[in-house]
Amino acid sequence: MNQAMKERKDEVLLEVQNLKTYYPIKGGFFKRTVGNVKAVDDVSFEILKGETLGLVGESGCGKSTTGRTILRLTKPTDGKIIFDGKDITNLAGTTLRKIRQDFQMVFQDPYASLNPKQMVGDVVAEPIKNYYKKSSKELKPEIIELLKKVGLPEDAYYKYPHEFSGGQRQRIGIARALALRPKLIIADEPVSALDVSVQSQVLNLLKELQEEFDLTFLFIAHDLSVVKHMSDRIGVMYLGGIVEIADKNGLYAEPLHPYTKALISAIPYPDPRRKKERIILEGDVPSPANPPTGCPFHPRCAFATDECRAVKPALKEVKPGHRVACHLYNE
Amino acid sequence: MHQTKTEAPLLEVKGLKTGFNIDGQIYHAVDGVSFSVKSRQIVGIVGESGCGKSVMSMSVMKLLPVGVGEITDGEVVFQGNNIENLSESEMNKIRGKDVSMIFQEPMTALNPVFTIGFQLAEVLLNHFDISKQDARERCISLLQSVGISRPEKIVDEYPHQLSGGMRQRVMIAMAIACQPKLLIADEPTTALDVTVQAQILDLLKEIQEKNDMSVILITHDLGVVAEMCDEVIVMYAGKIVERTDVDTLFYNPKHPYTKMLLDSIPKMEEVEETLGSIEGIVPSLKNMPKVGCRFAERCPVATDECKRITPKLAEVASGHEVSCLLYKTSYPMEEVK
Repeated sequence: MNQAMKERKDEVLLEVQNLKTYYPIKGGFFKRTVGNVKAVDDVSFEILKGETLGLVGESGCGKSTTGRTILRLTKPTDGKIIFDGKDITNLAGTTLRKIRQDFQMVFQDPYASLNPKQMVGDVVAEPIKNYYKKSSKELKPEIIELLKKVGLPEDAYYKYPHEFSGGQRQRIGIARALALRPKLIIADEPVSALDVSVQSQVLNLLKELQEEFDLTFLFIAHDLSVVKHMSDRIGVMYLGGIVEIADKNGLYAEPLHPYTKALISAIPYPDPRRKKERIILEGDVPSPANPPTGCPFHPRCAFATDECRAVKPALKEVKPGHRVACHLYNE
Repeated sequence: MHQTKTEAPLLEVKGLKTGFNIDGQIYHAVDGVSFSVKSRQIVGIVGESGCGKSVMSMSVMKLLPVGVGEITDGEVVFQGNNIENLSESEMNKIRGKDVSMIFQEPMTALNPVFTIGFQLAEVLLNHFDISKQDARERCISLLQSVGISRPEKIVDEYPHQLSGGMRQRVMIAMAIACQPKLLIADEPTTALDVTVQAQILDLLKEIQEKNDMSVILITHDLGVVAEMCDEVIVMYAGKIVERTDVDTLFYNPKHPYTKMLLDSIPKMEEVEETLGSIEGIVPSLKNMPKVGCRFAERCPVATDECKRITPKLAEVASGHEVSCLLYKTSYPMEEVK
């Protein structure tokens, strides 16, 4: 953590309170709602200015839906999203459009997230044109500056997305996200489609840009080592809820939730001499349409008790800055 | 390569070149690769996308698309037989029985319109003279051996009813149905979540030990290599750049590419501000340099020589081969002064 960040430590940029996003399941003759997929179920956290919060979890745990709901790309079912002091949960129309300047997204698939018919210069300029009446000609120097900032050559401006490799396309996506100088960037699996050597280029770039543009990140990924590298604090999600949230060193040095422990132990470590105890979880993640009663993790948990099967544990602070949702840590 | 000839290798690949026909020109995706797999050995093949690792495994299985890709040079010797001399029907007897393969995508590798049992039994009925009833019994015990609970029910289910991890287990069951001597696993866990990946890797290792099987594990994940493999081959742009045992690879890598690849992975227990990274990208098939080292363009220690002289893969220490002009052994014969 740098000095500037420490000073503003108490400034919260984004606060999410009891956020719920349910997708209805339609069935029957009249297509009535017969159930809900509880993609995000009671999630609360806050992101401080200049910090990176990582969200990890396996597929289907709701991490992407959380990101999309914060951007209001999906309507929340319940809960509150407070951005920079303003409640944006129920904004609509022009007010929502206006606030959206401040948060941008970097997508997972660099092959699908760029319009193949658009010149790279136009791809990057589009967010600006959306908000300001400026011609391409006026914007060109600014766009070229941006392209250079993300490590692309000047002549990329006139090229088309197909002329670039995956890593370079991801750089274009990042340039586009930066165009409006947002306060918050939500990066949803920005490197999972890339090769390791290219992945590290993009991760380094994101860190550099964070310093330079004073950005706050919500970094969503399934790869724990990548998340650890990028984040200041990390939230671990399982089946729509956060099971543990702590600063990264606390989380890795002393994971508390049995799921976090298993997740960390499951990562193949690039060292053949290290023989480690691995916790192998049985079975798969249950369906969020029909989550188990009580603690959502209990069917796969080795320490599950009757209480776990009946009562859903709340996220509680057990150490300063370290919160966990598990009955094992009840006083 | 001088090895003590205690045992003939199970698979030997010698100077393999696989070319693809693009607009009437032949481009080599695998360009002069030699290695061998001994019995009960797990050999890892690592490299970035486009380095030719999958094409190589397809060549070994003789599964290249007809008329597009073909082996242009070199030979693949499996159990003493050169597969080039085998007819398609003879190959069919080997595929699935002596050599089998697991693919990356468990979602697409199974046929959605047939039950799990039908697809599993197909392998058995093809290679053994058994009744359908016996085949079904064997399917159930196979499913059990790959850790699928309630196998009697799963046999009659369709692929869409299973999760990704379960499907990959079915793929493994299918691959080991005839107790093959060699299993080629092409990115078997890439599409899976980490906790499921851990289950599958454990299962693979267990089966390998139980069946005395050899495995070629193709992956881009160095963590998986460290946990699974005995020997590792690092490929770059269609060529082997380094081959050694797993311990040496991680503790004493010689090729700059290997070193940089190891530097570029974020490690859980270290705090690094910036990761090592390799500038640029793998050259495409059409833009492959004709002479010189193929990594030279991205290599921080490359000299002019690297662009002129093509290095050869040679031993720098016993059992450790490197193809890089930093080491005298890699100079081709005519260049040695």
